[in-house]
Amino acid sequence: MEDTASHARDTIDALYRSDSRRVLATLIRLLGDFDLAEEGLHDAFAAALEKWPADGVPANPLAWLISTGRFKAVDPVRRRARLDAKLASLAERFDYVAEAAQDLSQDEVEDDRLRLIFTCCHPALSPDARIALTLREVCGLTTEQVAHAFLTPAPTLAQRIVRAKTKIRDARIPYEIPSRSDLPARLDSVLHVVYLVFNEGYLASSGSSLTRPDLAAEAIRLGQLIVELLGEPEAVGLLALMLLHDARSAARTSESGELVLLEDQDRSLWNRARIDEGVALVESALASRRFGPYTLQAAIAAVHAEASDAADTDWTQIVALYDVLLRIDESPVVALNRAAAIAMRDGPNRGLELIDAILADGSLADYHPAHAARADLCRRLGRTSEAIVAYERALSLTTQEPERRYLSYRLRQLRDRLSGEA
Amino acid sequence: MKYLCLIYEDEKLWEKLPKEESDAIMGEYNTFTEDIGKSGHLVGGEALQPTATATTVRVRNGKVSTTDGPFAETKEQLGGYYLLEAKDLNDAIQVAARIPSVRTGSVEVRPIMDFSQQ
Repeated sequence: MEDTASHARDTIDALYRSDSRRVLATLIRLLGDFDLAEEGLHDAFAAALEKWPADGVPANPLAWLISTGRFKAVDPVRRRARLDAKLASLAERFDYVAEAAQDLSQDEVEDDRLRLIFTCCHPALSPDARIALTLREVCGLTTEQVAHAFLTPAPTLAQRIVRAKTKIRDARIPYEIPSRSDLPARLDSVLHVVYLVFNEGYLASSGSSLTRPDLAAEAIRLGQLIVELLGEPEAVGLLALMLLHDARSAARTSESGELVLLEDQDRSLWNRARIDEGVALVESALASRRFGPYTLQAAIAAVHAEASDAADTDWTQIVALYDVLLRIDESPVVALNRAAAIAMRDGPNRGLELIDAILADGSLADYHPAHAARADLCRRLGRTSEAIVAYERALSLTTQEPERRYLSYRLRQLRDRLSGEA
Repeated sequence: MKYLCLIYEDEKLWEKLPKEESDAIMGEYNTFTEDIGKSGHLVGGEALQPTATATTVRVRNGKVSTTDGPFAETKEQLGGYYLLEAKDLNDAIQVAARIPSVRTGSVEVRPIMDFSQQ
């Protein structure tokens, strides 16, 4: 008996981890309201903890949770107490809900997960709100966890989520998978959210630690989910990109927490299994011939991953990939990365010419990697005083501690060289 | 559900446009209006006279003050509107994306408040 009870509790724990987002996604569709669905979800798991240890785990636990969550949410006493005003329009929905929860197919449950993703990433919501809502509703992070990850005060974040939910309700953002004609644009918005979450985790835009691995792991999980549900080439490409970058994470920082540049990384620390997985995904995305910028960036990361060191890297191929990328994404940041690759292929002089042309255009004037790249090439060319000016400029523009330490280290090195010459 | 589409564009563009081009755009507007009438989206809509004809009215301390024009100088001005009946925001966005001026200006899509639902 005690065994049955503890088995039930273990099952509930495991189900909460693996399926609570599925239950939530379906409840949102059935109830037409995020907050009601969240309450229903918690009540359903509370009810399971109460009943399953004694009665045993039901044959279809997911259906049990969904219909219990639905029932709890429509419980008439609570309905009257909390939802007086909305009563009329909701009452109608509930009759429909009661029928719908009974014959729920697996496909429908999976479609609900996609509906949830597309709704949380709807372009009518602000970019910040999309990220917060996705992490909370799709990934199941608490408001406090999301706030912590983005170094934002929890009340600010909670406010952002409330506003987004209000807009979903009042502007009537539908809970649906976009039509085929809308899909490319809507998928872009979803992938961008995933990409931003990954970058925040991987590059940690400010603060003392270089990476915030929890966010990177969340983004990868989210990427896997989208690939599993949708399988669009660019989603595959983005997943590949994240895996290939993540594979290097152990080599990106030294034991003392210092930043290690790609060319100086100990490549034996790279996660080979992740790289193999990433490379296989890039190949399948490229083979589709419907790929976009994420797939191309992943292809570039794959070329790096396959080289035994910086010198051995196929820079010609990398430059060629940047050329294609620049054609579909004409951004100065892409042009900067291409210039750095050309510096590796043709030497620092040629790279410096290109970077100076990009900087002269002005749009990257406050972008610290542009100045750091310029500094790096000047240093290699022995143009020490120019390198110092550029490192100083880069240093003044970054708030991220490990970056700052790296740039300061280079500055000290060059100043010593100058005073040694004098 | 009802949505108001507020059409903003640089009204000076219209002044500069040769007659055959502005006629062509007006033709597009007529076709568009007819189309959304047929699809059941159209509730109403009008084009506005340029902001040079506008008057802003305020009452402060019981006194009416009237001033010339809209109170802020912006690059784009409200030039007209459509009131739509749409299934949801996605439906409204799809209609708004077909308003001819959306290619040069912008369209703000605002849900109409429904007091019977409060």
